[in-house]
Amino acid sequence: MAHTDPTVTDRTFDIGRIRELFPILAQRVGDKPLAYLDNAATTQKPRPVLEALSRYYASENANIHRGVYALSQRATDAYEGARGKVARFLNAAEPAEIIFTRNATEGINLVAQTFGRQQVGDGDEVVISTMEHHSNIVPWQMLCEEKGARLRVVPITDSGELMLDELASLLGPRTKLLSIVHMSNSLGTINPVRRVVELAHAQGVPVLVDGSQAAYHMPVDVQALGCDFYVVTGHKLYGPTGIGALYGRRELLDAMPPYQGGGDMISSVTFERTTYNEVPHKFEAGTPHIAGAIGLGAAVDFIAGVGFDAITAHERPLLQYATAALETVPGLRLIGTASDKASILSFVLDGVHAHDIGTIVDTEGVAIRTGHHCTQPVMERFGVPATARASLAMYSTTMEIDQLVAALTKVREVFG
Amino acid sequence: MSDLRDLYQEVILDHNRSPRNFGPLEDADLHADGHNPLCGDKLRVAVKVDAGIVSDIRFEGSGCAISQASASLMTEGIKGKTLDDVRTLFDHFHRLVTDQTAPPDDSLGKLTVFAGVRDYPARVKCAILAWHTLLAAVDDNQDPVSTE
Repeated sequence: MAHTDPTVTDRTFDIGRIRELFPILAQRVGDKPLAYLDNAATTQKPRPVLEALSRYYASENANIHRGVYALSQRATDAYEGARGKVARFLNAAEPAEIIFTRNATEGINLVAQTFGRQQVGDGDEVVISTMEHHSNIVPWQMLCEEKGARLRVVPITDSGELMLDELASLLGPRTKLLSIVHMSNSLGTINPVRRVVELAHAQGVPVLVDGSQAAYHMPVDVQALGCDFYVVTGHKLYGPTGIGALYGRRELLDAMPPYQGGGDMISSVTFERTTYNEVPHKFEAGTPHIAGAIGLGAAVDFIAGVGFDAITAHERPLLQYATAALETVPGLRLIGTASDKASILSFVLDGVHAHDIGTIVDTEGVAIRTGHHCTQPVMERFGVPATARASLAMYSTTMEIDQLVAALTKVREVFG
Repeated sequence: MSDLRDLYQEVILDHNRSPRNFGPLEDADLHADGHNPLCGDKLRVAVKVDAGIVSDIRFEGSGCAISQASASLMTEGIKGKTLDDVRTLFDHFHRLVTDQTAPPDDSLGKLTVFAGVRDYPARVKCAILAWHTLLAAVDDNQDPVSTE
């Protein structure tokens, strides 16, 4: 089987050197090399991120803000420096528009519990789409239930594309927010977010974009997209778990009530009255995940250093290679065939449940995810209980795809 | 890692391809629904009881090979047993699929083909779902069973 594909090789991008930066990738599973193809669940961490975490704890650890000693100032500078890096990565207008969260889920919940509780009332509507991750469904269901509001859902086509006409027709005077995924985690579909924002803003509807999957595959410019909120999670950006970021337009953030109460989010506290801090601190109660933020800063610097031009030039032909390779597997059907998609291959195999596929390919060293991928409505839309999903990252190779295809042959051998 | 054939034994593959006692059971005395949200396995187990003895049992649903075969072999294994026998068998089966140190257990008969599951911790829920559902039916517990 061919292990190199000339179209995947790019002079500016040395896949061998990239892989060396990710120590975890060199390991074996039993006697097989690890083929890590579960990047949509979490990406692996490069040395610069591991080193930033270790350096912080080894030489910079102190609590941030209000410390008068040098070490606390260094920790504060590193933490706030990371905010600046994330702001540049997403092209926010200023670092204060970046709020550190635990993950994308918390970013969405923050908006639901502050902006949402303030703006959404009885009889109002929140619009999402069929292809949302549960994290962009449940917070809105909870809000709608509390407020007597209605959740409206934009349908998708058989190839997994958003139905824009339906979206436009769902937006109206009662719509208080549109919350939509940039790139689907179970289908790979890239939504035309800029167009979606135009449609929503034409009706005066603010837009939250879930960028969990998009942000490590393509450049994100929140000002060019025009969105009002954008959430990312660090662990899918080659960064640590437990850290994410919410971008919000300054004027919206200023008008929103605080999220959680506690230290750091206040200006002054008396038993009679508390005044709240400025953004972004208003939304960051308590000691934050300082090391995580610094690790995330290192991660976005690392991505910027590699460059999205190089990442796209590697991942796009690799997706084509993988799509063509999987289509040769008898009885395999791809779920999610949008014309604009990236790095995700969801599939079902005739007569074999996804969970059995996952177990068998694991014995061949191939790590893929099987199940509903926290998108049960997508499974229902396509009439499948679950899919197997291979997902790519900047360090993925044609060899790993070949290893997956060979492992699927083994599935056929077992199941006949 | 143990050999894949220890998990996917021929008996298991056969019961997955052609599950026994599959379909609705008219006039069931007891029934329960089970769900494994992680992988989307869904089962309904229905039982007829005659003087404290399982006189008939059928199941319906969809899921992976391990969960389908487990349900199928379970229905074969408990027909004619008392409800107390069912509870005892549940305990034995649970030990079989979870306890690495469990000694061979003759009381389980054909069900011992599931011994390989203990080497695949992520798949224990698949094997045990039908049994949890059966237990809920026997205890007349109408809350849907979830392995999560």
